[in-house]
Amino acid sequence: MAEATAVNYLNATRGWKSWLLTLDHKRIAILYMAAIAVFFFVGGVLAMLIRLELLHPGRDLVGADTYNKLFTLHGAIMIFLFIIPGVPAILGNFLLPLMLGARDVAFPRLNLASWYIFMLGSLFALYSIVAGAADTGWTFYTPYSTQTDTSVISMTLGAFILGFSSIFTGLNFIVTIHKLRLPGMTWYRMPLFVWSMYATAIIQVLATPVLGITLLLLVIERVAGIGIFDPAMGGDPVLYQHFFWFYSHPAVYIMILPGMGIVSELITAHAHKKIFGYKAVAYSSLGIAFVSFLVWGHHMFVSGQSELAAMLFSFLTFFVGIPSGIKVFNWVTTLYRGSIKLTTPMLYALSFLFLFSIGGFTGIMLGALAVDVHVHDTYFIVAHFHYVMMGGTVIAFLGGLHHWWPKMFGRMYNEPWAKVACALIFVGFNVTFGSQFLLGLHGMPRRYYNYLDQYQPLHAFSTFGSWILGAGFVIMAIYLIHSLARGRRAGSNPWRALTLEWETPSPPPTENFPFTPSLAHGPYDYDRVIPVNVEPGGRAVRPEVVS
Amino acid sequence: MSMAKERMEAPGAAGHGHPKHLAHHFSDPAQQKDSAKLGMWIFLLTEVLLFGGLFCAYAVYRAWNPEIFHNGHAFLNTTRGTVNTLVLITSSLTVALAIRFLQMDNRRAAAANLAATLALAGTFLVIKYFEYAHKFHEGQLPGKFYTFQGMEGTNPHVFFSVYFLMTGLHGIHVLVGMGVITWVLARTLRNHFSAEYYTPVELTGLYWHLVDLIWIFLFPLFYLVG
Repeated sequence: MAEATAVNYLNATRGWKSWLLTLDHKRIAILYMAAIAVFFFVGGVLAMLIRLELLHPGRDLVGADTYNKLFTLHGAIMIFLFIIPGVPAILGNFLLPLMLGARDVAFPRLNLASWYIFMLGSLFALYSIVAGAADTGWTFYTPYSTQTDTSVISMTLGAFILGFSSIFTGLNFIVTIHKLRLPGMTWYRMPLFVWSMYATAIIQVLATPVLGITLLLLVIERVAGIGIFDPAMGGDPVLYQHFFWFYSHPAVYIMILPGMGIVSELITAHAHKKIFGYKAVAYSSLGIAFVSFLVWGHHMFVSGQSELAAMLFSFLTFFVGIPSGIKVFNWVTTLYRGSIKLTTPMLYALSFLFLFSIGGFTGIMLGALAVDVHVHDTYFIVAHFHYVMMGGTVIAFLGGLHHWWPKMFGRMYNEPWAKVACALIFVGFNVTFGSQFLLGLHGMPRRYYNYLDQYQPLHAFSTFGSWILGAGFVIMAIYLIHSLARGRRAGSNPWRALTLEWETPSPPPTENFPFTPSLAHGPYDYDRVIPVNVEPGGRAVRPEVVS
Repeated sequence: MSMAKERMEAPGAAGHGHPKHLAHHFSDPAQQKDSAKLGMWIFLLTEVLLFGGLFCAYAVYRAWNPEIFHNGHAFLNTTRGTVNTLVLITSSLTVALAIRFLQMDNRRAAAANLAATLALAGTFLVIKYFEYAHKFHEGQLPGKFYTFQGMEGTNPHVFFSVYFLMTGLHGIHVLVGMGVITWVLARTLRNHFSAEYYTPVELTGLYWHLVDLIWIFLFPLFYLVG
């Protein structure tokens, strides 16, 4: 029973206070996970309701006004409460210090504070649901957002507060990566997940304050009527769009870059292959972060910005394809002649390659002015960003969740059921959103409550897909929760991976490593190192370097 | 069980002979100080971008309404603005002196300079209060609250909207700064700082210089724009 009594971060101290006042980055990650899981559930239920309403033209379930609130809340909750904090706050918080061989993040108290700020912001956002729910869409475009009598203020104030949480997490990560790396861990010996977290953190720090001031201006405009976005008073609503997208386009990369980092880890660990082109993958993360600040105008091709600006933004948008393409090609090349194991994390990684490529290519199509003007504000856009955000980030997140689940909780999930859930999610996702590309090309506008009969078959097909998708998530929730109590105990390194977090026991002790960690090899040296898995209760063994 | 104990103790070697202010996850004070300073610089970057949005709004509305900005600046009190600029620049000097005195282990002088910084920040806000009070009285207010009749040009309130937004956000930063300076002053008086450890004061100084610097941009943009 040695393993049952082993002290780890989960059982080192007990009681709710030891959790709510914890400074341990691993526990803070679990706090985030609990909160974000609830928000993901709420956002998911809203999505199912939206799809159910769209099963037939006209009223199925809710009225038009309620429908407007449903898609606004679905968007705002999924963006601000799930996908932006998701990977950095859960997996990033848990893994960053472990991967760097550090004891904690640079500012543990700030880390806990950012969780409380996150919870405060989400209370504001959720309060808007009971207080009449905003119906502006998650973009809060003026002038409608300054005129509607729904609760825009609490929702935007919520997003404003959530921004601080995001900034503090990013700040913490940048300093941690700069200052707390293990001796000998040079920049080029860091796992690629860390590189992607670094690129993400830079965007969080540079872009989020602009959203902050934008939402603040919106709130002041609503409360005091200063007219800064009101053309009748000499203001400019298009300025709001510029401000909003100056944050919200880079924010798209806050969402996708962590997913890319996860995929780099999954593909190398489950194919046991050195990453192809380490530096290219690492720098392409920074490249995406850089380009992300130069393309916001592609959301505004029909807003009346100058033709010259539109052409420049269109041209710059194509540049995003270069670093993204570099990554995809490198991942595929890494798989070549690897010893690929089709574990659940690998299945998610392969799904990511497929779905993200579709999302990326349709993004290039939308970057072209003529195509964008044609399909602007149709379901084509909806399908495109769901392929990138859900097919990309969420799929990668789920892969990462399964990959690091044994590290976080010391237990294996049920592999057969996990594969069933993965298959359902993959099929359900493509049924739901693949059909929306066609809807969009046929002219179905986004955010519409009602539609012509000709769109009904595709809408119904999409709604069926959402049920398959939902079933996949329900199964996943059941076997993951079940595994917490009943799962087979995992050794230190069930995947035989080489990044540093797999050298410490699962779950790790509070101080992260039971020995002073040292670097004997790089994160992907599968060609010369044989990783070892220490069974629960076994004594720590370092991996063997064979050449 | 014994192994578990080993695990608890092995790397947590902090404790013996370590300075009290060194957090357990740093290996030495230099690393801790470097981390804190880098964190502060990144925070200041986010502040620049926060104000950046408003500077951008300023640029847009001034480009569209140059005559309003020209006419509007005449209603600002340049004397009070100049005095406030000098007050803030002096406060930047005193906070820098406080840090220098701590480096030389002179806590009394450091505390005196922090108190002077606090007083200067208060002076700035008092002068600002009189400026604001005058504008409220005249009805030179943002947006729909604008009732002043004596200014020419269309949409004259735009100038005061931008003026109150930018100086208001700056004023909030001065207030926050005063709170933080009070806190480090109290800690200085309780002998928390020495030549070995004065990071919080240094970080406060960095923040205060930024608040000062933003005002140095605001002053010409509003008061001297004509």
